[in-house]
Amino acid sequence: MREMAGLEEGAPLFVQIAERLADEIADGGLAEGEQVPSTNELAAYYRINPATAAKGINMLTEDGLLEKRRGIGMFVAAGARARLLGERRKRFAEHYVEPLVAEASRLGITADELIALIREGSATL
Amino acid sequence: MTPAISVTGLTRRYRGQLALNDVTLDLDPGSITGLLGRNGAGKTTLLRILAGHEFASAGTVAVLGACPVENETVLRQMVFVREDQPYPDLRVGQAVQAASWFYPNWSHELAGALLEEFDLPLDRKVRKLSRGMRSALGIVIGLAARAEVTLFDEPYAGLDPVARQLFYDWLLADYAEHPRTVLLSTHLIDEAAGLLERVVVIDRGRIVLNTAADDLRGAATSVSGPAIAVAEFTAGRSVWNRRRIASQESAVVAGTLNETDRARAVALHLHLEPLTLQQVVVQAAGAPAASQQERTIA
Repeated sequence: MREMAGLEEGAPLFVQIAERLADEIADGGLAEGEQVPSTNELAAYYRINPATAAKGINMLTEDGLLEKRRGIGMFVAAGARARLLGERRKRFAEHYVEPLVAEASRLGITADELIALIREGSATL
Repeated sequence: MTPAISVTGLTRRYRGQLALNDVTLDLDPGSITGLLGRNGAGKTTLLRILAGHEFASAGTVAVLGACPVENETVLRQMVFVREDQPYPDLRVGQAVQAASWFYPNWSHELAGALLEEFDLPLDRKVRKLSRGMRSALGIVIGLAARAEVTLFDEPYAGLDPVARQLFYDWLLADYAEHPRTVLLSTHLIDEAAGLLERVVVIDRGRIVLNTAADDLRGAATSVSGPAIAVAEFTAGRSVWNRRRIASQESAVVAGTLNETDRARAVALHLHLEPLTLQQVVVQAAGAPAASQQERTIA
């Protein structure tokens, strides 16, 4: 496959573009009030159709994470980061804890052993 | 919105052989569409009819709202670049100049940049060029024409991966600034996948798939693991194809999987892998005519 700056073929590209931008907002790489790259800049960087990039941006705009300033471009909305982090905390169990527990039980790791491993892991962070 | 390309009930017969069989297709202006399918499926015939190089046996064709055959207004707004394009006995510079006179939206600046990028010698006779260089010349003309309707039929014979990458990048960059309707016939689906907004798949003269490219991503998933678990997971689902070795099985499941499905797969110790655009298209194009209905996506 053509190199697309880490985009994958298995999920809609516009969703992946929206996720990438959301990740950047959550990580603080794109600060609130900061201008996000234009559709054409995203298209050139990811090597995708500009319409696809626009769809990704629209998705975040509809969610209220980005806002349009007429004639200038798209900007990260106020409160976007806090909202994203809140949503991610809610989904943490589903996305990380459940698969972790499933794999642990498959390997015969008990709940106590798993907790000990997590303590060890967070100590080295 | 008048479609840039509109084809209705198009049929093309060659001595009793159906090259195109009742093809109906509308393409909106300002989009890049991939025309995909196996060799002999009818892709080139369709493009040649759109370009006015060939006649339909039945059906209607409208390009920019009018019949393209011997219609100068339409032909000047349409460029057709095909594999092994024949050129009269010209030098590269002359071929480019002739094209610049024909196409009203021609960009000298873009043509100059592309000629340099592809390292084309202006004073070389076109028929003395290598196959790859001839393809590059076609690409220069196809892009610099900035024609409202741009048809590329496997435009990269003899081009190496680096040169193909240049083609995709320049197409994308110039398209972003100067939107137009691009129809690109290709076998190299994964290479071109990111560019494509729509995907049209032709098989044995018929359109078997016409959908937004993004709708195909994640539209099918390969499920593999212990055969018993695969059987349990795939029960009641539309399965495109199964392969088995010893106690292991791999099945392609149509449709998008939700979080519950994924959790269930983890619990069953199954491995999930989404199909790429290319793999989905291969499944669609490989479908026997009788079972096409059930392979319809979205």
